[in-house]
Amino acid sequence: MSYSDYSVGAPVVDKAAPDGPIETRWERRKFGVKLVNPANKRKVKIIVVGTGLAGGAAAATLGEAGYQVTSFCYQDSPRRAHSIAAQGGINAAKNYRNDGDSVYRLFYDTVKGGDFRARESNVHRLAEISRQIIDQCVAQGVPFAREYGGLLDTRSFGGVQVSRTFYARGQTGQQLLLGAYQALERQVNAGTVTMYPRHEMLELVVVEGRARGVVVRDMVTGEIETHLADAVVLATGGYGNVFYLSTNAKGCNVTAAWRAHRKGALFANPCFTQIHPTCIPVSGDHQSKLTLMSESLRNDGRVWVPKQIGDTRDPREIPHEERDYFLERKYPSFGNLVPRDIASRAAKEVCDEKRGVGPSGLGVYLDFDDAIQRLGRKAVEAKYGNLFEMYERITGENPYEVPMRIFPAVHYTMGGLWVDYDLQSTIPGLYVAGEANFSDHGANRLGASALMQGLSDGYFVLPVTIGDYLASNKLPEVTPDAPEVVEAEKAVRDRIETLLSINGTRTVDSFHRELGHIMWDYCGMERTEDGLRKALELIPELRREFWNNVKIPGTGAELNQSLEKAGRVADFLELGELMCLDALHRRESCGGHFRGESQTEDGEAQRDDENFSYAAAWEYTGRGSAPVLHKEELLFEYVHPTQRSYK
Amino acid sequence: MKVNLRVWRQRDAVDKGRMVSYVVEDASEDMSFLELLDVLNEKLILSGDEPVAFDHDCREGICGSCSMVVDGHPHGPEKATTVCQLHMRKFSDGATITVEPFRAGAFPVIKDLVVDRGAFDKIIQAGGYISANTGSAPEAHSTPVPKSNADRSFAAANCIGCGACVAACPNGSASLFLGAKLTHLGEMPQGQPERWERVVNMVETHDDAGFGGCTNTGACATACPKEIPLDVISQLNHDYLKATVGGRRKKA
Ligand SMILES: Cc1cc2nc3c(=O)[nH]c(=O)nc-3n(C[C@H](O)[C@H](O)[C@H](O)COP(=O)(O)OP(=O)(O)OC[C@H]3O[C@@H](n4cnc5c(N)ncnc54)[C@H](O)[C@@H]3O)c2cc1C
Ligand code: SF4
Ligand code: FES
Repeated sequence: MSYSDYSVGAPVVDKAAPDGPIETRWERRKFGVKLVNPANKRKVKIIVVGTGLAGGAAAATLGEAGYQVTSFCYQDSPRRAHSIAAQGGINAAKNYRNDGDSVYRLFYDTVKGGDFRARESNVHRLAEISRQIIDQCVAQGVPFAREYGGLLDTRSFGGVQVSRTFYARGQTGQQLLLGAYQALERQVNAGTVTMYPRHEMLELVVVEGRARGVVVRDMVTGEIETHLADAVVLATGGYGNVFYLSTNAKGCNVTAAWRAHRKGALFANPCFTQIHPTCIPVSGDHQSKLTLMSESLRNDGRVWVPKQIGDTRDPREIPHEERDYFLERKYPSFGNLVPRDIASRAAKEVCDEKRGVGPSGLGVYLDFDDAIQRLGRKAVEAKYGNLFEMYERITGENPYEVPMRIFPAVHYTMGGLWVDYDLQSTIPGLYVAGEANFSDHGANRLGASALMQGLSDGYFVLPVTIGDYLASNKLPEVTPDAPEVVEAEKAVRDRIETLLSINGTRTVDSFHRELGHIMWDYCGMERTEDGLRKALELIPELRREFWNNVKIPGTGAELNQSLEKAGRVADFLELGELMCLDALHRRESCGGHFRGESQTEDGEAQRDDENFSYAAAWEYTGRGSAPVLHKEELLFEYVHPTQRSYK
Repeated sequence: MKVNLRVWRQRDAVDKGRMVSYVVEDASEDMSFLELLDVLNEKLILSGDEPVAFDHDCREGICGSCSMVVDGHPHGPEKATTVCQLHMRKFSDGATITVEPFRAGAFPVIKDLVVDRGAFDKIIQAGGYISANTGSAPEAHSTPVPKSNADRSFAAANCIGCGACVAACPNGSASLFLGAKLTHLGEMPQGQPERWERVVNMVETHDDAGFGGCTNTGACATACPKEIPLDVISQLNHDYLKATVGGRRKKA
């Protein structure tokens, strides 16, 4: 039986969200949870893997509550989690502008922006909590941008009609993460959190069906350690690096989530990935990552390519009438400000027509000439100066003189481990927060909503819901000699030994790059039946070669960056296959998932609500063996599905 | 382009370490400096050697992971630029480039270019925060912050915790890092209640961790990729004096 012959299993149902009016569901859920007696909290151990916004916030808050928390990250300090790189801002329905914003409007925008593939209950809760997040961050001293009166400034973001995005220059993620990091270090000082930086989780320990610990590798000494607990939280970020090139940090990986998936946690909507339209194009084979240029540039920059194929003139010499401002032409009412998925696809189209610009032909111009003439160079500098500088540093070109070149790049993954309303996965005691879960963004995430979700999960949701699990279950003590523990640790050691013993002829990076090409070509901006089937042949071949021919120098008992990478790439080689299968099975276009076969007459995404109004949660059955699909039917009681149009 | 690299190689914390020369023939102007090291490492692996270990993650100049001294400058010669954002077009064809780890008493080398900066986390643990338990916060607009304070606070909060200031300082002092955090929190009304205790505890932890004292050479601010201004050290000294000499708060 081939991998793509998946079977359909029993539906998966969220039993945690109360029904009834959506406005009070979270209130009622909070009232319904069982509470852990304050005196007992000290005796309860919780492991939190990841120190980004979700994990940092969760560990700090659980520590404050009095639990014994153990926290891990792979960087040398929890402050360096990838959340640090977020630029634009964080949404919150504060309505400080009095422009008609409300919890309901944020809820509505997010459900619609997600192209009707997210769970309404979760999204409404997110919108409610958004307001508290801003209060919390201000209290921690996060230096948000302010107006002259001393009150908080906001801006608008990503196609919504209200100004609800709070920001700290172009470094919002950094400032929010430092807030969470400092709260975390405060708990380290208080003795409630024990922090293990430079530790990578390589296995989940499941005992009698419950998550009871993790196996980690000390990345400095190579030692394999097992940590046991009453519950485990994964807040390990997204898996965009399966494409090799993405805007994610180099170390971002799927390993923690994938290990949990292999132990029984369902993985939902893996093919839902977001491709951001404005990134700096690839400059050569040496390219190791892609850099995002803030979406805000599209407020003043105009996107174009030459009308003629093969027009290699200096862009400044191409007269206006020989330029194709393709977004303005195709989407007259939204123009350069169409949502991310649409702008990305349009750029790909003109490049497919061989009208792309730059040495590789994979780029389009983002031109500020008109803006500079209209507003003056000074005003443009005031708005975008730091971005222009970054662009020049990377490309050596001055965007005040020559139009920028941009191209879409992988940016965010909406898919992730399936969780219920309590953020609990299908393994009892395993909770998943932040980008690592699949919960709130459906098939497409709106700008400035990931930071909101990470902090909502970490500060406000998980610390409440995990208490319910801990108070309701009598958990027997697990000792390090329990067979499940011994077996998990052995699996980790065996895998490392196997990797080191292959001693083949190709580097880990060369495999990762090749996988990236396959994913980008066949599971990128446009997916087709033929392409995906092709990828489903190529990936297992590449995986076989990896396990026979990878070369990893050094030993396991030292800092060994090749070995670290090898473990991550090995997991990407399994995840990539599942992503392609998920994309193949979803014969509709929705959000970031564009199936060539499912488009309207004028080339726009065509959703198929009748057949695909569900989250696809996959069950692992063995490497390369056909998984089982469990569907969570999505019910839209409040926001009724419509076709998105930005014409 | 072709470059000659002289790279510090050290197996582990106890190894004495040495400089080793390598040639990269096929570098390109568009590469970042870390991509140059990637290219070198690919070659080393295939020829049976061990790749050069170095810390990095975001490669966008914001996470603070990357940390190496290039031609005598922490993060390299380019002003206000982390080494991950340094590009090869800044070097000439045939150049010889020397690469070493950040060196400081408080940052022991782990391997090659990787050092242990855990002491920075300890300094933050000692008081680099505002105590505000989750859920206890008042409505955000109940505490307006004058824009000038908010801006100064932000400029200091910009610190990425990379440690270049320490590596640049002849005394191995982390005063710029300390001053940056104290200014970030001290400019905010929310930061006032713990202000004096914070400075005393953080300075004490700084000294205990083996960082040196500040003698105002200013090398830190020159090396800082985020251009943290030197006046945060004046703020540090001012607050420390006020907290200790005035007898307002001494650590028990
Ligand atoms: C360039 C860029 C700009 C962005 N801008 C915005 C924006 O303006 N607004 C917005 O809302 N969103 C933005 N996003 C998205 C947003 O930043 C992320 O989705 C979010 O920060 C993820 O947070 P997280 O806590 O889930 O994970 P992360 O911050 O990625 O943290 C993951 C943590 O898990 C740890 N970890 C991972 N694997 C392991 C393992 N195996 N063992 C141990 N530890 C592990 C890591 O060490 C890290 O601590 C942006 C993303 C990028 C790439
Ligand atoms: S002050 Fe500057 S050099 Fe020092 S740690 Fe912060 S960013 Fe790095
Ligand atoms: S790698 Fe993140 S700052 Fe250089």
